[in-house]
Amino acid sequence: MSASAAAHAQLKKVKKQKVLLMGKSGSGKSSMRSIIFSNYLARTPAACEGATIDIDLSHVKFLGNLTLNLWDCGGQEAFMENYLSQQRAHVFSNVGVLIYVFDIESRDVERDLATYVSIISALVQYSREAKIFVLIHKMDLIQPMTREEVFDHRAALVRRKTAEAVAIVHKQKPEYLPQSANAQTPSSSTPSASTDLSPNLQLFATSIWDQSLYKAWASIIHDLVPNLSVIETQLASLGLAIDADEILLFERTSFLVVSKWTSAEGERNPYGDRFERMSNILKSWKHTCSKYTGTPRNAEQFSDFEYKMGATFSMFATKFTTNTYILVCMPPGEARFNSAKLNVAAARPWFKFLDGPVVSAQAAGAVAGAGYLGEGAVGTPES
Amino acid sequence: MSSASAEDDGDVPADTSSGPSGKSSISSVVFHKLPPSETLFLESTARIQKDSLNSFMEFQVWDFPGQIDIFDNPNFTFDMDAIFGEIGALIWVIDAQDDYLEAVARLNSTILHLHRSYPHINIEVFIHKVDGLSDDYRLDIQRDVTIRIQDELSDQGVENAPVNFHLTSIYNHSIFEAFSKVIQKLIPRLGQLEAMLTNLCRTCRFEKAYLFDVNTKIYIATDSTPEDMASYEICSDYVDVIIDFTEVYGSWPRSEQWREKLEGEPWAQPLDEQVACEWAESGMVLADARRPIMLREVDRFLALVAIMKEGSYEKMPQINMNVDVVVKGLTEFFEITKPKGVVGGAEALASPGLVQG
Repeated sequence: MSASAAAHAQLKKVKKQKVLLMGKSGSGKSSMRSIIFSNYLARTPAACEGATIDIDLSHVKFLGNLTLNLWDCGGQEAFMENYLSQQRAHVFSNVGVLIYVFDIESRDVERDLATYVSIISALVQYSREAKIFVLIHKMDLIQPMTREEVFDHRAALVRRKTAEAVAIVHKQKPEYLPQSANAQTPSSSTPSASTDLSPNLQLFATSIWDQSLYKAWASIIHDLVPNLSVIETQLASLGLAIDADEILLFERTSFLVVSKWTSAEGERNPYGDRFERMSNILKSWKHTCSKYTGTPRNAEQFSDFEYKMGATFSMFATKFTTNTYILVCMPPGEARFNSAKLNVAAARPWFKFLDGPVVSAQAAGAVAGAGYLGEGAVGTPES
Repeated sequence: MSSASAEDDGDVPADTSSGPSGKSSISSVVFHKLPPSETLFLESTARIQKDSLNSFMEFQVWDFPGQIDIFDNPNFTFDMDAIFGEIGALIWVIDAQDDYLEAVARLNSTILHLHRSYPHINIEVFIHKVDGLSDDYRLDIQRDVTIRIQDELSDQGVENAPVNFHLTSIYNHSIFEAFSKVIQKLIPRLGQLEAMLTNLCRTCRFEKAYLFDVNTKIYIATDSTPEDMASYEICSDYVDVIIDFTEVYGSWPRSEQWREKLEGEPWAQPLDEQVACEWAESGMVLADARRPIMLREVDRFLALVAIMKEGSYEKMPQINMNVDVVVKGLTEFFEITKPKGVVGGAEALASPGLVQG
């Protein structure tokens, strides 16, 4: 299988990614972190006890030898000032991602934005390549009818402020900005600065009470996973080989969707939010299991799942590689279902080397020998 | 403050009393799948609300506004026969976090009224909003309410009135459990159903089996092993998982080309014949002790959910055969009990033959 050898050649060694989690005190940063990475449910009060003091550092082991260095930065003003002054270089250098959380219910929007602007300036100064994700949080507190409008309004405001912050840094110290932005932004025009920065800024409306949180975090994670394009290519060839309609790859602890593949037929699925929904469903199911079995929340809770809904569709989920679960949704039919299960098991080695410590080229070569069962085997109905 | 609500059965239900005790929240959560956190936005009930529960049996739940006293209303006389004539159970909701003395007094007078004219009605008292109260305190309240009602009834010379008490909250599974018990009392020949499930559990080494009404997650029967809240919770959550998957992947029509491709070579069979079972079936193996959970759809409304013992996963094919037999038995059961008043149907059921193993 030259595909897998070629894939292996593209592997890159990945260093730790520094992720800053910031926002005003009480905006929900830590509770969000507990829900995504420690499997608390939104309603568990333990998930959000007390305020974070200074910076709470945690390492989250993730797919493909990636370690997230999560800096949960306490949001009280005294800390914030400290980050921006004494600790400025320490906090803002080498940042891969900044996640900034706004509380939509906050009364003092002006002040929140002012803090945000100082943070962005510091970030642009020390890590101008960093991606910025802004989460407008606690959206559940807004009446459903007006949620979209409120979000759009706030999002426009944040975009404008971001652009202004960047423009100011640019004015003072032009060398901090990327070359391209420099070239296209003539002296003082702020609007064009905003277009330059936009690829690095993404906004999400979130709430811990629904799947919106998973959507935002899946996008954040998506950009960080190493070798993603290789994983996606392999997933596509697996999907075609087993006639699947959709394949989702979940990270094992957070159950965020790291990669997905959908067939042409599967694209007709009207539920655009299904990926974060699946994360949400499986995550709360895991929680139920842990309550039932009395095992720790972060432990593995199920190994195999299958569901055949008559002549409509079939699906199965199983433990895939060390750090992932795979969920396959496919057309009905016993024979098709059973051969797909076997083929997914056979495809494991194809993915194994993408996950976990980077392996040597020889080991990858050995892996290449173990292919799928031939097309013929897949295609033969057992009658 | 007080309250009450009522409800249910054969066709009708009823209820009474005052104040926000949580009646409408209960019916929204149980019958309309409203998330408990959103019940805060519900408005107070001003008139009788009727909800039909489309299931293996026809149920109607009548939600009575708490402010109206139907037995003693100077402005309007209620047609008692229309309300209580066909009702199977009356659910009275008491707010455990409030001063419930008045509610208990009104409940007492209601029971006395009903017992005289409609002695067949089960009175079910939900001591509600017990989330947030300590276990000891809950039991204290239950004991207190029970004693107040029984004392009053025996003072009035009423013995053995069919009054039952349940501790409930919409924030956990207790409200579904309580509803399950209420509904089960209204099912004709419940014993026969339970016997079938018990038999299945013994034969297939299941730990616990439930027959669920899928839409409401009320269980209408279980086997004879002791009640166990934990296994009800996991089974009921499993039903939720399946419902969600079904909605996302099973609720939209596939294209013609898709079907043609799947029915063409090399399969060359209609899709319906490529599947082993036309109803939904599902299984999941828990990592802990490799205990499987299984679900099998019985008809449009009902699903059989069971927790199996360690190591049963290898015997799935045999288990599936047994489950098929029981499902067939259940289908016949509902066929026979559907028209009301058919007597003697149960004998025809006998016990379905199970593969021993």
